[in-house]
Amino acid sequence: MATRVVLLVGTRKGCFILESDEARRDWHVRGPFCDGWPIYNAIHDAESGAIYAAAASEWHGAGVWRSPDLGETWELSSEGLGYGENGELRLSKVAGLMAAHGRIVAGAEAAGLFESHDGGATWSLLTTLDGQPGRTKWNMPENQPPGHLGIAGLLADPDDRNRFWAVVQGWGIFETTDGGMSWTPRNEGLRAEWPLEDPRVNYCVHKLVMSPVDHDRLYQQNHCGMHRSDDAGKSWTEITEGLPSDFGFAAAAHPHDRESFYVIPLDAGHGRCMPDGQAAVWRTQDRGSSWRKLTAGLPDRNAYIGVLRDGLAIDDLDTPGLYFGTSTGQVFASNDEGETWSAAASYLPGISSVEVAVIS
Amino acid sequence: MANLHLPVTLPTVFADLPRRLDVEAATVDEAIDRLDERWPGIRDRLCEPGPALRRHVNVYVDRERAGLETALRPDSRVDVISAISGG
Repeated sequence: MATRVVLLVGTRKGCFILESDEARRDWHVRGPFCDGWPIYNAIHDAESGAIYAAAASEWHGAGVWRSPDLGETWELSSEGLGYGENGELRLSKVAGLMAAHGRIVAGAEAAGLFESHDGGATWSLLTTLDGQPGRTKWNMPENQPPGHLGIAGLLADPDDRNRFWAVVQGWGIFETTDGGMSWTPRNEGLRAEWPLEDPRVNYCVHKLVMSPVDHDRLYQQNHCGMHRSDDAGKSWTEITEGLPSDFGFAAAAHPHDRESFYVIPLDAGHGRCMPDGQAAVWRTQDRGSSWRKLTAGLPDRNAYIGVLRDGLAIDDLDTPGLYFGTSTGQVFASNDEGETWSAAASYLPGISSVEVAVIS
Repeated sequence: MANLHLPVTLPTVFADLPRRLDVEAATVDEAIDRLDERWPGIRDRLCEPGPALRRHVNVYVDRERAGLETALRPDSRVDVISAISGG
């Protein structure tokens, strides 16, 4: 059977699916799906083959759309996605999703994790990280960062069902090793440009990724620099030097090389666009000791474009392909590890997330 | 039976949900219950914990702004509106 390469693109107005073959030169666009609901994160569950899309409508609330057949049919469910009638928390959106070990985990705002064991049909509250440092403050309205994502990232351990990491927006990384019952802050060595009341938390982690070939090797794009961990997040080392900015959102780890990692630096001010109006992806092949700017085929002038935290993806073919989606609706694709690029779509709504699935 | 007029944003989410239908209900809240019995999950699209109508879901009964507790007459018209939001 021919290999299908499928991009799941979450946008402000629905989920789109871009599809190509193994050559990854020509892309066919389908969508919008999910009735045009704003999609914050769309993922492919390799175990079941289903697509899940985290959504929040200004009119009709939050939920998770799911498609068992690569976008042919869709269903929405929010059964169990909520904090109940009398609690202190209100669920405004589902911001992120993680599929691993037969379970789907959803990260929500206000900050909490929900899990589904029936393919997204029903959900139950897993944790609101009670007792963790910062927990009494991070849901306060006055402490909400832009975007109001709550749980801004989830990362599974491919080897251990009970271990995973959750990023609380503006507060940092927390690790569980017992399926979400207890948590430990994992922010040692990170940098903050603001006073810290508690040195264990209050770090602004934008994107956390793991090397598929070394599960102790994590990388992160932080509000304050790029960082690497060689001990599964127990400690962090900054690797920003050589990049044009210490700020950015997106990050991707090479599927076959633990030393290779991609980021998209952005100006840190209000613009949050690629520096100097030139689109570029930056790559390290020596675990952050040096960086190379990759621009071939990308717009080199007047390109004031941004890429959000889930907007960069990499496939696992022998020569990996890279993909990023912009906040102004372009999808750029590379079929040669970022050496050369071309536009796969140019006029989509603003893009929140890009994920790639290789289906044989 | 009250006559419900639903917004265009709902039938795309719930299979076979019409834009207009009649329901037997004494209040807006009961009318939503009747809908949820036939289209499970629709209450969550219209209401948030409280319970209360969602912030951008407006309901009018016989052209008057209504809440969940508003009483319905047998011949009431109920308009459910997706109010101005986004762009």
